[in-house]
Amino acid sequence: MKRRTLLASSAMAFGLAATMGTAALAQDPLKVGFIYIGPPGDFGWTYAHDQARLAAQEHFGDSVETFFVENVPEGADSGRVMSQMALSGADMIFATSFGYGPEVVAAAERFPNVSFEHATGYLPRPANVSLYNARFYEGRAVIGTIAGRMTETNVVGYIASFPIPEVIRGINSAYIHAQRVNPDVDFRVVWVYSWFDPAQEAAAAEALIDQGADIIMQHTDSTAALTVAQERGAMAFGQASDMTQFAPDVHLTAIIDNWAPYYIDRIQARMDGTWESTNSWNGIAQNEVTFAPFNDRIPAEVQDEANAMIEAIRTGEYHPFTGPLNRQDGTAWLADGEVADDGTLGGMHFYVEGITGEIPQ
Amino acid sequence: MDLSSINPVVLIASLMVAATPILLAAIGELVVEKAGVLNLGVEGMMITGAVAGFAFAVTTQNPYLGMIGAVVAGALVSLIFGVLTQILMANQVASGLALTLFGLGFSALVGQSYVGVVPPRTPKLDFGFLSDLPVLGRIVFGHDILVYISLLLVAATWYWLNKTRAGRVLRAVGENHDSAHALGYKVKRVRILAIMFGGACAGLGGAYLSLVRVPQWTEGMTAGAGWIALALVVFASWRPWRALAGAYLFGGIMVLQLNLQAAGFRIPVEYLSMSPYLITILVLVVMSSNRGRSSLSAPGSLGRSFHAAG
Repeated sequence: MKRRTLLASSAMAFGLAATMGTAALAQDPLKVGFIYIGPPGDFGWTYAHDQARLAAQEHFGDSVETFFVENVPEGADSGRVMSQMALSGADMIFATSFGYGPEVVAAAERFPNVSFEHATGYLPRPANVSLYNARFYEGRAVIGTIAGRMTETNVVGYIASFPIPEVIRGINSAYIHAQRVNPDVDFRVVWVYSWFDPAQEAAAAEALIDQGADIIMQHTDSTAALTVAQERGAMAFGQASDMTQFAPDVHLTAIIDNWAPYYIDRIQARMDGTWESTNSWNGIAQNEVTFAPFNDRIPAEVQDEANAMIEAIRTGEYHPFTGPLNRQDGTAWLADGEVADDGTLGGMHFYVEGITGEIPQ
Repeated sequence: MDLSSINPVVLIASLMVAATPILLAAIGELVVEKAGVLNLGVEGMMITGAVAGFAFAVTTQNPYLGMIGAVVAGALVSLIFGVLTQILMANQVASGLALTLFGLGFSALVGQSYVGVVPPRTPKLDFGFLSDLPVLGRIVFGHDILVYISLLLVAATWYWLNKTRAGRVLRAVGENHDSAHALGYKVKRVRILAIMFGGACAGLGGAYLSLVRVPQWTEGMTAGAGWIALALVVFASWRPWRALAGAYLFGGIMVLQLNLQAAGFRIPVEYLSMSPYLITILVLVVMSSNRGRSSLSAPGSLGRSFHAAG
């Protein structure tokens, strides 16, 4: 059925391209394609990218034409979608999932005049590919602090997707900050091996709550865990967008992925002819990582503490990975006051000291 | 790593919930196969039920009307299979697979406007003080209505198949359709009714996922539950109570896997998640040999088309 939506959407993209061809004699709009891993209605990762696409569309009006293909699996299918987009006249393609990497590089070599933007990528890149990611770990530091203050059972449940650096960094950041304000806190991590599987995410949340977790964090994209938390009276954090409507009583806040400033900036650069290959990693300071309104049940002093941390990160005064920090096995990682470099963070594949359990291999 | 943090009572309660969708679908398919029809479209009927139940529940803001909608939708979509195989004499395996593909695509289309919508809540049944009893309260009196319906269905199916005249007619049709025909039973009518019952149960199982378990609508959300249900019927060698045991075993594996992880155990998640499918493949292999088939007591006319001769 994924193939079906793919075909339907590429047919639409083709149709669009065809109409544009005849109607756009006056001024050719810049055509920008987006490739999504899930449906824009997931209220998570893909939803956030689609919101940014809409914001960019509104910002540029008629001078830009955006279109998207949803539910594109990582692997060969994504390569076909990229070719299709490029052949139907896309000037710029945003590939919004980690696993599109090899196909982005291949497509970029075939279509040197198209500017590619690959989210959360890491592969060496041709001159027409840019990589972009957000410092979500800054957001995790803030929600980790809130979790440490709010938990009554001292057990925080964490629904993790795949054991890759992005996810491990998030677990570490959340744990470090929860533990700093609450030395007794314990993190339970469940790996579901999917970015988006509502039934499995719901079951994982159930299991974690059954084992005493009263706060659920997730690094998966659906709202299923929040629905479970609401039902069971556990607290939870939204992922990628404000998920309050799915759990109004227990949704503490959410880390919101705000890609709009980056998308507008990059599309503008391409229009001006100043676009070049970059590798950007923006965070709270650039408003790429923002937060949903804090739930009223978070006490005022905890809200103040969280806001102070957001400000300290914004001004660069504080880095979430500041020593002294040890690795899980007790060996020293960062000395007192030392700050982790982006290289280590980018390839992070170890837990910090205090987290129980192991990273699956 | 703390095994004591896994509470067996809670574990049993949650495995019952996890097993309910496959149990519902399996009990329906069991009746279909007892009538001699192999319908591989369970997955498609489940997901049709999931989206239809969701749509009805959201439109009427009543989860129970949604469940009824799912039952009707499941039965209707199975009727496509019924007409194809019983009246037009199409191949059952191919028609069943087609039904699955159709259901997946159709549900994705219908579901477009329901993505991200919050369905009305399905309450747990209120048993008053009984729900507060230790152990029993959580396991026996702590569920929503569909868990009980699934258990009642198992009991009713067992009774109906073994103790009633109509049930025996259905089994006769499944064991030897020529003899049943010669005795004057309406083979096609019995089979079409059985197929619709199977569709209704599968639809209800799907609705359990989208209305109670998750509750949310997403494309492809049944994620193979229909195939597990199919395997379960064979695994249970066409006996209702064994289907119940099998469903709770499969549900148990999934819940236990997540609980072990949450308790900090380093377990090979991949193997445990694989296990229901591995068991399924094994059973299917055994079943595909004729000797294995009879030792598993498969219905004699299973999967064979019926042409009325004279």
